[in-house]
Amino acid sequence: MPQRVYMMQGNIAVAEGAIDAGCRFYAGYPITPSSEIAEQLSKRLPEVGGRFIQMEDEIAAMGAIIGASLGGVKSMTATSGPGFSLKQENIGYACIAEIPVVIVNVMRGGPSTGLPTLPSQSDVMQARWGTHGDHPIIALTPASVTESYHMTIQAFNMSEKYRVPVILLLDEIIGHVHEKVTLPDATDLKIINRKKPSGNPEKYLPYKNDESLIPEMANFGDGFRYHVTGLVHDETGFPTNDTRTIEAMLGRLNSKLDKYLDEIIQYEETELDDAEIAVITYGSSARSSRNAMRRAREEGRRVGMLRIQTLWPFPTERISRLAEQVSHIIVPELNLGQIAHEVEHAVKGKTEVSRVNKITGEPIHPEEILSKIKEHI
Amino acid sequence: MDYMDYLRKDKFPHIWCEGCGDGIALKAILRAIDNLGLNKNEIAMVSGIGCSSRTPGYVDFNTLHTTHGRAIAFATGLKMSRPELTVIVVTGDGDATAIGGNHLIHAARRNINLTVLLYNNHIYGMTGGQVSPTTPMGDFATTAPYGGLENTFDIAGLTIAAGASFVARSTVYHAKLLEKLIEQAIQKRGFSLVEILSPCPTAYGKINKLGKGKDLILNQKSQAVRVEKAKTMSREDLRGKEIIGVLADRELPEYITTYDKITSQAQRRYL
Repeated sequence: MPQRVYMMQGNIAVAEGAIDAGCRFYAGYPITPSSEIAEQLSKRLPEVGGRFIQMEDEIAAMGAIIGASLGGVKSMTATSGPGFSLKQENIGYACIAEIPVVIVNVMRGGPSTGLPTLPSQSDVMQARWGTHGDHPIIALTPASVTESYHMTIQAFNMSEKYRVPVILLLDEIIGHVHEKVTLPDATDLKIINRKKPSGNPEKYLPYKNDESLIPEMANFGDGFRYHVTGLVHDETGFPTNDTRTIEAMLGRLNSKLDKYLDEIIQYEETELDDAEIAVITYGSSARSSRNAMRRAREEGRRVGMLRIQTLWPFPTERISRLAEQVSHIIVPELNLGQIAHEVEHAVKGKTEVSRVNKITGEPIHPEEILSKIKEHI
Repeated sequence: MDYMDYLRKDKFPHIWCEGCGDGIALKAILRAIDNLGLNKNEIAMVSGIGCSSRTPGYVDFNTLHTTHGRAIAFATGLKMSRPELTVIVVTGDGDATAIGGNHLIHAARRNINLTVLLYNNHIYGMTGGQVSPTTPMGDFATTAPYGGLENTFDIAGLTIAAGASFVARSTVYHAKLLEKLIEQAIQKRGFSLVEILSPCPTAYGKINKLGKGKDLILNQKSQAVRVEKAKTMSREDLRGKEIIGVLADRELPEYITTYDKITSQAQRRYL
């Protein structure tokens, strides 16, 4: 197979990552700056035997991918802030019914219509707490086109393995920047598919609480006739009002990811070994931060970087350890401190945390991070 | 036939009130399915939120109880992932024409091969009797204490205009007709909708002082006019009547069939 080398934008890399992950259904609604994902998949999915549909609204798109996933087909939608808000009720449905789906949010400035064509990282809290009720969620955030491809595959793998909606948070810069990418041979990829039941369909418990905390999932139409609801349910899938059953079900649901934190939480460490200052950042802000860090190092300032790849669940434990090592932490992000707040929570006052924020639709300039570094070292 | 072959016996008693029409509709659905000899493994029943949307919990199919208004959206995705399944949507007037109105008209416009059974009880029953898009103007509801102020949706007319292949209406009094219409709707390739007039004695009947369930169901008999007879009647004579029977039955391109033609073209180009 010839090497697959392209100049590609982040949104297209997401679409190609989805195809290589085995996604064969996409439902979406046009919204800037994510529309290239839908456009690419409207062309690519029929080529590989999948199906694409442009739905009448964002809510319908979210519902459709849940329905398709229940049919046994890996499914995805993509949107941006306003559409992400509209999808939230059905994202909660996917959480409680434990339906694997991938939701891409190419973040733009908000609130409301906000800054449709300009970058932002202001949906990170919406990704965690956008739907009502306590629930598990995974959110990943890439910082390059190549990583957008690989992280889309990871998003599918995690959603399949843990039966949880996975949110892929790009920002407009990563969605639209063109970079050289070398895509791996699809046969070299590690692809995870949901665990399916194999026993007697009559005895199938769709929400069985076993050691893995992740129940086996039957496709609709494969002979396991079962019930799926957004109501709190018991192991059989039917609604319950019994306090003990509610406790067991919601307890498992909200702790199921805890068991797998080591494999879910990912971050990249650069020059942290001797660092006195740590920059903790993610997405496009990590690119500015890397430049600032390099320049600081050239001047002999001991600065390192922790780039968060898994935003949720949050890498609290790693940041807590880091707080014991460094004398200062700087958190650059394109919002008013949504992740800085989470960092402070992890640091628990053990070291000082300062912020570099911007909500004007421009990227953070490396100079701004560098001058913050110079204030402290 | 034995209804028990299709029911989840351990889920009874059901939640529906005495005199509610939803149980009669359920039996008609099961007879239609039995007449067609469908395999239970190949039927998916999808619903939203409301009294009628609790139906899937009682039937031994692949059943999906979704969010309010979104049954047709979920069903669209399911059908596109598993076109071989018979996908039946059970929904109500509030679920399908208020919060979910957009999905109803667009699924009809696409003419995707779903069967929508829309129970119209003219009120929000489960939440206690609020006014719905089909509450007749002037009738009372808990949020229309001076009588409803709004025009009502003509659900069948709306769906026909949007492009559905098959549209029909029946009351639960006309249970045999209902069974036949559901059978036809399932068999039809394309979007099909059966509006099922199912009275709500507890909310709508009580607040409008229309009597008990039996009275409401008997009232359906006097109110209904077969579509064949309606053609001979004047607009004046039809005022306050409900036309029952097949209202539209036409051959139109079905969405997934059309999509799959595109797929073969795309694959020829790709390979």
